[in-house]
Amino acid sequence: MSDILEMTAVQLGGKIKNREVGVAEATKAALGQIRAAEPVVHAYVTVDEAGALKRAEEIQKQIDAGELTGPLAGVPVAIKDNMCTEGMLTTCSSKILYNFVPTYTAEAVLNLEKAGAVILGKTNMDEFAMGSTTETSAFGVTRNPWNPDHVPGGSSGGSCAAVAANECFYALGSDTGGSIRQPSSFCGVTGIKPTYGTVSRYGLIAYGSSLDQIGPIAKDVTDCAAILETIASHDRKDSTSIPRDDCDFTSALKDDVKGMRIGIPRDYLGEGLDGEVKAAILAAAKVLEEKGAVVEEFDLSLVEYAIPAYYVIASAEASSNLSRFDGVKYGLRAKEYEGLHNMYKRSRSEGFGPEVKRRIMLGSFVLSSGYYDAYYLKALRTKALIKKAFDRAFEKYDVILGPASPSTAPKLGESLSDPLKMYLGDIYTISVNLAGLPGMTVPCGRDLKGLPIGLQLIGDCFKEKNIIRAGYAFEQSRTYESPEIAKKAQADGVAADIAGITPDIAAGNGAGSAAENTGKEAR
Amino acid sequence: MTKQYETVIGLEVHVELATKTKIFCGCSTAFGGAPNTHTCPVCTGMPGSLPVLNKQVVEYALAVGLATNCGINQYCKFDRKNYFYPDNPQNYQISQLYLPICHDGWVEIETAAGTKKIGIHEIHMEEDAGKLIHDEWEDCSLVDYNRSGVPLIEIVSEPDMRSADEVIAYLEKLRLIIQYLGASDCKLQEGSMRADVNLSVREVGAAQFGTRTEMKNLNSFKAIARAIEGERKRQIELLEEGKKVIQETRRWDDNKESSHAMRSKEDAQDYRYFPDPDLTPVVISDEWLQAVRDRQPELRTEKLARYQAEFQLPRYDAEILTGSKHLADIFEATVALCGRPKEVSNWLMVEAMRLLKEKEQDPEDLSFSPENLAKLIGLVEKNTINRTVAKTVFEEIFANDVDPENYVAEKGLAMVNDEGALRQAVEEVIAANPQSVEDYKNGKQKAMGFLVGQTMRAMKGKADPAKVNQIVRELLAEV
Repeated sequence: MSDILEMTAVQLGGKIKNREVGVAEATKAALGQIRAAEPVVHAYVTVDEAGALKRAEEIQKQIDAGELTGPLAGVPVAIKDNMCTEGMLTTCSSKILYNFVPTYTAEAVLNLEKAGAVILGKTNMDEFAMGSTTETSAFGVTRNPWNPDHVPGGSSGGSCAAVAANECFYALGSDTGGSIRQPSSFCGVTGIKPTYGTVSRYGLIAYGSSLDQIGPIAKDVTDCAAILETIASHDRKDSTSIPRDDCDFTSALKDDVKGMRIGIPRDYLGEGLDGEVKAAILAAAKVLEEKGAVVEEFDLSLVEYAIPAYYVIASAEASSNLSRFDGVKYGLRAKEYEGLHNMYKRSRSEGFGPEVKRRIMLGSFVLSSGYYDAYYLKALRTKALIKKAFDRAFEKYDVILGPASPSTAPKLGESLSDPLKMYLGDIYTISVNLAGLPGMTVPCGRDLKGLPIGLQLIGDCFKEKNIIRAGYAFEQSRTYESPEIAKKAQADGVAADIAGITPDIAAGNGAGSAAENTGKEAR
Repeated sequence: MTKQYETVIGLEVHVELATKTKIFCGCSTAFGGAPNTHTCPVCTGMPGSLPVLNKQVVEYALAVGLATNCGINQYCKFDRKNYFYPDNPQNYQISQLYLPICHDGWVEIETAAGTKKIGIHEIHMEEDAGKLIHDEWEDCSLVDYNRSGVPLIEIVSEPDMRSADEVIAYLEKLRLIIQYLGASDCKLQEGSMRADVNLSVREVGAAQFGTRTEMKNLNSFKAIARAIEGERKRQIELLEEGKKVIQETRRWDDNKESSHAMRSKEDAQDYRYFPDPDLTPVVISDEWLQAVRDRQPELRTEKLARYQAEFQLPRYDAEILTGSKHLADIFEATVALCGRPKEVSNWLMVEAMRLLKEKEQDPEDLSFSPENLAKLIGLVEKNTINRTVAKTVFEEIFANDVDPENYVAEKGLAMVNDEGALRQAVEEVIAANPQSVEDYKNGKQKAMGFLVGQTMRAMKGKADPAKVNQIVRELLAEV
C-alpha cells in the first residue's frame, strides 16, 4: 500500500491505465491514509468515503471500457473547500456556510471529473481564503505534516498538507495573494498559480475576484503541468476566462534551461528574508545556472507597495463578494433576531470569524464615499504600476526567481496574534496576483528545523511553460521528500482495515467533525 | 401666495428591456412563471456563480441612446451598487455609475409654447431585483427571483421640465421611441416603464435650484401628474411658511393623493460603488456601433412625415396611427394587403379606437390580424355588405379576430341585391303604412325616410340603402 501512496498522480495514473493498480485500490489507500493521518493533520473539512468508493468503481468501469484514457483517470484528488461540489458540503471553512450544499459543481472540478478524478473530500482553508496559516478556519487548524506544532501555511493549507501527508495524490487550491504558493512552500510540495483567466472561476466562491485563480498542488512539476492542462479551459460562464490554445503545459517538461534568462529581484533578497531561506534560493539559482541558464540579480522596484495595494483591492472586493452571506437564502441564520436588519447583523456576526470581519470592515471603509479615490483608486493605479514593473522585467528575463515566503512555516498561533506580520509574509507572492502572472513553488530544501523551503518561479502572462521548464529542470537535481506522517498508514495498519470496506458500509461518514458540531450548535 | 414659483423637474426612467433572457444569465425574462422557476445560480446569487453580459442588452441600450441623440461611451463598465435587501440576492446590484453606456443626449417635446429640448444626462444598464411577497397571515416574507436579473436601462434626464404636461410629453416621447425600437413595451401599469420624479420649486427668476425631493411609486401618467401637482403645492406651502424643503425620497400614494417621506438624505445609504471585477469592460467597436445605427428602424417622427407624404393622410390621422407602434404596424400591414390607406385609417382611428376606449384598453392590446381587416374593407368595397353591417362585423374582428368572409356567409349578412325581393319588401311596407304614404303625398319628406327605415329593418339591414331609397321613391310615385 505505501508504494501506491508514494506515487505521484501521473505515476499512479499510468499504473491504473496499465491495470497494475485498481482505482478502488488507490482510493482505499488514500482513504486509509486519511483515517490514519487526520487526527494529527486535520487537512480535510469533509471526507466522502462512500462517494469516493462508489465513484472509484464507476471510473474503473469507464477505464475498462476504454472511455477514459487521460493521465489522471482514476487518480484520487482533494478539493479546497471554496470550490462548489454538487451535493457535497462546501463551507469555505466558515460557520456561515456550515450547511451549504451547492446545486452545481465548479467548472475546474467538472474538468477534473470529466478526466476521471475521484474526489476524496474537501480540504480545510483559512475562512474564505483570508489568512496565511489555515488557522482562521472555523473548523479547527490544519497542522503541518512536517511538524504538527507548525502551520501548513494558507489559505490552501489543507490541500497542501493533504498532498504532503499522502492523504491524496494531488489537490486543487486557489491563490489570491499566494494561497497556493506559500502553503506549498511550507509543506514541501509543488503548486502553480496560473495566469489570471486560465482556469475558470465559475463555482469558486469568490474572495478577491480580480485576483483569485484556481491551480494544482502536487508532489512534482510533472503532476502540476498535467493537472493544469486538465483544469484549464475557456469557460463562457466566466467573463474573465481567456481563450488559450497554448495549454499543452506538459510539452514544457524538459530538462533544458540552456540560455534561459533568469532574474532574481534584489528587492526579494533584502531585509526580512530568513538567512536559511535565502541560501536555499540562491543555491537553487546556482543549480539552474549550472544547467545553462543565465542568472542575474536586478531591481524590480515597487515591491513594498504590493501589500497595501493588495489588501485594499482584495478587501474591497471581498466586502462586496461576501455580502451575499446574509442568512436569507442559505447558510447560517441566527436563531434569535428582531426584524430583517437585526437578522442580517446577528447572522453575519455569528457566522464570520474575526479575520473575515476585519477584511470586510477594511474593504467597506476603502470603498466608502469620500475614501474611494484615496484608497481604492490609488490601489488600482499601484496595481497598474506593478504590472508595468513586471513588464519591464520580462523584457529581459524569461523567469523571475525568488523565495515564496520570507521564512519557513511559523508555529501555530504565532501569526494570528499579529495580523500585520501575517500580511507582510505575503510580500513575495502578492505582486504576482496583482499583475495577473503565473507563479510556481517548487521545494528546494529544508531549514535546520527540518521545515521545507520553497523556490518561487514567476513567468510573464501566459508563459507558464517557462516556469514549468525551469521548475522541471531544477527538480531533476533533487528527490522528493515526504514527512514521516506520510508513511503512517502502513505502520498503523489502517489501510488494511479500510481496504475491506465497501461503499455501502462506508456510507454516512461524510462531513468532518468540526462542521457537524457547528451545524448542531447553529441550528 | 404672493410670490411666483417655478417648478423644476428631472426624471429617472427605468425601462425593462424586451430581451428573451436575463442580463447576466440565460434564464427567461417571461412574465408570470411560478415563483423561482426562471432562476439559476447566477440570478439567485449562489456562491461561486458569475455574471456574463447579454449582448442584446447592449444593443438595445445603444439603440435607445442613438435615438435620443446621446454620446456613446464605447468603453464602458459595470459597477456594483452595494446595499442589503432580500430582493437583491447578492446584496449588490450590478449597474453603471462611473462609465455609463450613453450620455448627454436630448429629445424634443411639443409644448404649448412650441418645441422644447429635454436633455438626457445619461442612460445606463442595470439588473432588476426580485420581488418580495409579504405573507401577513403567516407573518413571513417570501422572495421570488424570477425578475431578478431582468435587464433595465435607466434614462436620467436633466432638470429641464417645468410642468406635469412637459413631463407627460417627455415620457410619451420616450415611450414611443423605445416602442418603435422594439426595446421594450413600456407599460407603466405592468412596471416595464417606471418613472421617479425629482422635483424642486424656486422663485421665478432665481438663479439657483431649490432643494429637490425624489418621488417614487408612480405607475400611471395620471398618478405622475397628480404627484407633481401635490409635491409642487407641498413644497410651495413649506416655503411660504418659512420652512425648508428637506432633500428626501418620498413615496406617492395615488389613492390618498399624498406622499410620505421614505428616507432623508441624512440616512441615505453609501452604496460603495466600485467596478464589478467579475465583468470585463464593454468595448463597443466602431463597426458594432455602425451596425446598430444601420439597423435603427423608422422612428415616429419619420413615420409621421411618411404617412402624410406616401399615403396622403391628414396629419391628424398620421398622428393617431403613429402614436402607437403596434397600431402603425397594423395600419401598414393592412394597407399592404388592400391598399386604400384612408379607408384603413378610418377603420382604425374611428372604430378600433372607439372599441378600445369602451374596453379601457391601449392600442398595444389590439390583437386582430390585418388580413381580416383587409377582407372586411374588400367586402364593403364590393358592396357585399353595407357599412352598418360592416361595423358589427368589425366588432367581431376586434374581439375574436374572425374571418369576415366566413362570418358574413355564416350569419347571412350579405346584402340582398335581388330587385324583386327588395321591391316586394317595399310594397309590403307601403301597404302596411298608409298613413305615411298619405303624409308623403301631403309633402312630408320625412315620411319617405320612415318607409326606407322600415324596409331596411324588414331586410334585417342587409340591403343597400341607396337602392331601397330608389325603389321607395319609384313605388310612392305609382301609388
